[in-house]
Amino acid sequence: MTGVPVLSLIVFLPLVGALVLLFVPGTAHRAIRWIALLASLASLAASLALIGYRPDGPEFQFTENIDWVPAFGMGYRLGVDGLSAVLVMLTTILSAVSILYSWNPITKAVKEYYISMLLLMVGMLGVFVSLDLFLFYVFWEISLIPMYLIIGIWGGPRRIYATIKFVVYTLVGSLLMLVAILAVAIAHASAGHPFTFSYVELRGFAYTDTLQALAFGAFFLAFAIKVPMWPLHTWLPDAHVEAPTAGSILLAGVLLKLGGYGFLRYSLPLLPDAAKAFAPIMIALAVIAILYGALVAMVQPDLKKLVAYSSVSHMGFVMLGIFIFNMQGLQGAVYQMLAHGVITGALFLLVGVIYERTHDREIAHLGGLNARTPHYAAIFGLFVFASIGLPGLAGFIGEFLVLLGTFRYNGYVAGITMFIVIASAVYMLWMYQRMFFTVPSDWMRRFWPTLKDLSRNEWLALAPLIILVVAMGVYPVLIMDAVNSPAQRILDAVNASGGLTSFQLPW
Amino acid sequence: MDLIIVLIPTLPIIGFLFTVLVGRSLDRVPVHGHADHGALAEHEAHEHATHDADDTGFRTIPSEEEQALTSPHAGHADDLANAQGADGVIPPELDDGKGQTGHVSPDGPRPRYLSWIVPTALVGLAWVFSMVVFVNVIFGGNTYHVSVYEWIAAGDFHIEIAFFVDGLTAMLLLVVSSVGLLVHVYSIGYMDGDRGFWRFFAYLNLFMFSMLLLILGDNYLMLFVGWEAVGLCSYLLIGFWYKKPSAAGAAKKAFVVNRIGDVGFGLGIMMIWVLLGTLSFDQVFPSVGGLETWQVTTIALLLFAGAVGKSAQFPLHTWLPDAMEGPTPVSALIHAATMVNAGVYMVARSNPIFAEAPIAMWVVAGIGIFTAIFAAAIALTQNDIKKVLAYSTVSQLAYMFTALGIGAWVAAIFHLVTHGFFKGLLFMGSGSVIHGAGGEQDMRFLGGMREKMRWTYWTMVVGSLSLAGVPILAGFFSKDEILGEAFNRGYPIFYLVGTVVAFMTAFYSFRMIYMTFHGRWRGPRELWDHVHESVPTMVAPIAILAVPTVLVGLLLGIPPEGGVIHGWLGAVFEHVEEAGIQPGSIAAGGHHGFELIGIGGLLLLVGATVAVLGILLAYRWYVTDPEAPARFVERIPLGFGPGMYRASLNKYYVDDIYQLVFARGGVILGELLWWFDAKVIDGAVNGVGWLARNIGGGLRKAQTGRVENYGLGMAAGMVLVLIAFLVWR
Repeated sequence: MTGVPVLSLIVFLPLVGALVLLFVPGTAHRAIRWIALLASLASLAASLALIGYRPDGPEFQFTENIDWVPAFGMGYRLGVDGLSAVLVMLTTILSAVSILYSWNPITKAVKEYYISMLLLMVGMLGVFVSLDLFLFYVFWEISLIPMYLIIGIWGGPRRIYATIKFVVYTLVGSLLMLVAILAVAIAHASAGHPFTFSYVELRGFAYTDTLQALAFGAFFLAFAIKVPMWPLHTWLPDAHVEAPTAGSILLAGVLLKLGGYGFLRYSLPLLPDAAKAFAPIMIALAVIAILYGALVAMVQPDLKKLVAYSSVSHMGFVMLGIFIFNMQGLQGAVYQMLAHGVITGALFLLVGVIYERTHDREIAHLGGLNARTPHYAAIFGLFVFASIGLPGLAGFIGEFLVLLGTFRYNGYVAGITMFIVIASAVYMLWMYQRMFFTVPSDWMRRFWPTLKDLSRNEWLALAPLIILVVAMGVYPVLIMDAVNSPAQRILDAVNASGGLTSFQLPW
Repeated sequence: MDLIIVLIPTLPIIGFLFTVLVGRSLDRVPVHGHADHGALAEHEAHEHATHDADDTGFRTIPSEEEQALTSPHAGHADDLANAQGADGVIPPELDDGKGQTGHVSPDGPRPRYLSWIVPTALVGLAWVFSMVVFVNVIFGGNTYHVSVYEWIAAGDFHIEIAFFVDGLTAMLLLVVSSVGLLVHVYSIGYMDGDRGFWRFFAYLNLFMFSMLLLILGDNYLMLFVGWEAVGLCSYLLIGFWYKKPSAAGAAKKAFVVNRIGDVGFGLGIMMIWVLLGTLSFDQVFPSVGGLETWQVTTIALLLFAGAVGKSAQFPLHTWLPDAMEGPTPVSALIHAATMVNAGVYMVARSNPIFAEAPIAMWVVAGIGIFTAIFAAAIALTQNDIKKVLAYSTVSQLAYMFTALGIGAWVAAIFHLVTHGFFKGLLFMGSGSVIHGAGGEQDMRFLGGMREKMRWTYWTMVVGSLSLAGVPILAGFFSKDEILGEAFNRGYPIFYLVGTVVAFMTAFYSFRMIYMTFHGRWRGPRELWDHVHESVPTMVAPIAILAVPTVLVGLLLGIPPEGGVIHGWLGAVFEHVEEAGIQPGSIAAGGHHGFELIGIGGLLLLVGATVAVLGILLAYRWYVTDPEAPARFVERIPLGFGPGMYRASLNKYYVDDIYQLVFARGGVILGELLWWFDAKVIDGAVNGVGWLARNIGGGLRKAQTGRVENYGLGMAAGMVLVLIAFLVWR
């Protein structure tokens, strides 16, 4: 490119913002909010340069390559393909939305809050642009700590339990992943290659079956906890319920995608034989997650928990799409990640809107809101239907493609999974009915006279998501073109492999 | 021409966007005045200054007369009374009118509406374009294929946004855009006084867009897009008066039950693509022959599952009667004339698939004929005027499926067209009745209304005669064509049952007419003084629909089983005819012409006689001898009579069974899994955490804080992997 380090700018502009904030007095709330917003917008603006990614160009573009710790083969290697480019843009957009939304709700330790948010951005963005396994690991862990603080400090009543659970869970996975990264690099070096953590170098190497199986298991724990896959999901509802709204938006919108991205970027291309061998069990877990998440969501009395369990269900589609090994599945999985980021991000934001007004999220306590806050009801409805997978909105395309790919893989599996179409409609519409239709509960009436519809700030935060959810549903080919060649490469890698040959797995 | 075709669905969506964005500011609707309600008054007065200008100056106190206008009979659903009766649902002191639903006070200032203009004008324009296309296709013999842009591309899966028009689409265009336009006009009068006026027109336009997309789509995915989108509109419009719990529930039920069918439809679409690699109609149909029979049969049955949901056939019929909670124009447009036909359209469109799958054809015909008699048997006893029409719609759609199942494709589409017109008329007429009767829609409390509602009465008589199948009216030709085909093609059972249904149809449609318009008024006296003919914007669309109700049969259906419509639709179904496929096992040899003197004439005579007998029975029971029905029930042997009556009145308890098994069952399963999630999975997680903490307790002296997990995990992991690595290397 032109020599401008676009990716470094995207990743580190938020860090610059955080550093500036260090020198702003903690009481200057207005200045702090503006600086944080501007930093996130600067990163967003820089990420728009990625629109210049050419699908027919080299695999990785906007690359940067600086030696970091040459003795151990660690490099500051950045680059994006279509897959990471779209996820980077999702991250910058959702981060700006979260920071904008936090404007009024966050009143405690404002400076520290925004520093955490900006550092979180750094970690998440770094994960998507790293082309060095060690650097990837570093960013992965960086993204963990700010979220730990965000839940633990600005969270709800049980925030300590939730945040410890979140961190311990994630750390167990990521530490094993570090071991796997080291093992992969050592194995590569011991075959006579120079010691390196470079993704491109490590990718082409044929690892032994044993190493593949073990490393896949370690990566699996790290990524599957993040996604989260059933049965490793129980940290998620707790974390969401306790997290502040902006934390939930980024947790659901971006952090979960780190897991899906990890599978696509590392597990499959690095360890194709193991991926192929373990695919049936992954598919089974994914199908369980899809249906189980929806059924459990149906009976949740807490609004946020309902959306959290719906995330388990939707992310199941991502995993299913990844492991059925065809283009429809892969494209669908990536599209589902983006759509879920937008839709569930918006749903958590909307849950935050009512929580901020009533300090309660019991569905049974709400009711009749349509009569008092029609704009809020309409926008909520839009995202409810997007979540259900209504064609023309973003949610449909990913789900349909994954189901189509699944049918290609196995008609019966698709037949079972298809029941999600009913279940998702039931839990979402039942929730919507109880929230917005009929009569306000006695509890709700206390707030009735003062209940306000969406504020200007909330409209601003929602506007990009509203535009995206429609645009992504109506004109998806731009994104699909960008994702096409990365998906094809992943597929080629898996298709070229023969699975694990040296030992027999029980399925 | 391409541009015109693209514009047909585009115009309504523009109307939708426009109305959503600015519709509210175009209307000036007085708000229910409750400004005198104590504690909130001050606050409300304060809000005057800050909120929409609409609010100021229109506050009135609800009068006693307004209270009287709401339904005096508790416990049954009705349109206007419910809109007004929202007062009973929302506590008045909390209802400030910003909720965009409910009715304005009748003696307060009149609302001023402008938001209907753009939506109605755009649908009018779409109607003009539809007619242009119709004429070009039907009389010019053209078909059109317009490709707009590539929608989805994933590997070898490509889907275009593309439109396709042939004779079948043109027939649907005729019905959808005509009834659609008339319903828009009708709604100007019907929704007058409603605070959600602009919202109603926005939804109507969104529906027109969706429905036009559905019939114009050139591939199965486009069809599916329209299919789901009309489902959304149905949800929005059934739940239009959302303050009413029954409406909110009915909206959700309609969407969910449709989704059950969509499981099948979706899987069918996927199976088509997996086996054939394409979803375009013009590529799928020629290659269907290469599939194995079990594959085609599976596809056909899966697709049909979708049709069962959308067209409300047994066992997924339960949503349609509940859907009557929506405003009556919605019932006329969506739940009688257009959306519910989508299933029939889809099966007819997929005729090359179904023709290859005899078992599927039997299923279609079997479900059809069973639903026809089942729904008619419920319609006999319903007291709500809209419920009678709803079950009648289910029954009439079932006729169409019977026709499709026996391979009488053209007869099915013919009935679709005539039914669209006369059932649209009947629903609008019933809306006019409800309007005139101040919201009452229980026929037990109506009666004698022909005195005051001449236009409504005569147009509804015309519609009912058509529904009953009285000669020269549209319904006569189309229904008898179906029965005639059943007979000629060798399905005597279907013919017999179909004829019994025709008798029942004639009976219940005139039971409705006699209970509503004849006899004496059975409602409260003060309401009778209020009964009046509806405004011209409502009566005119009904009267206009009476014209095709009389003429369409004569124009398209003569001679029976060989009318011009056969020529128009011949090309659509030609693959089936060419291949010489006679579905079902009892294939009739060839298609012999119709003879007036002969079997054909005899069948017509039987059809007409049955219709007249049904009407006469209804006359005897509901006009000359009102005690007769009770006596008849008594006379049923073995004392089954009252039980049978109750079963029919309660819709054979299908809803209750579903409620018990699926709704309760689903919640119980969810609760069970949640318990499993909290106790077993999370219990295991917390158990591991507890274990780690206790093991870590030993190390606590050496380390502080929570780093122990970190260190322990790291060390253990390293050791394990290194051991494994060394051992297996």
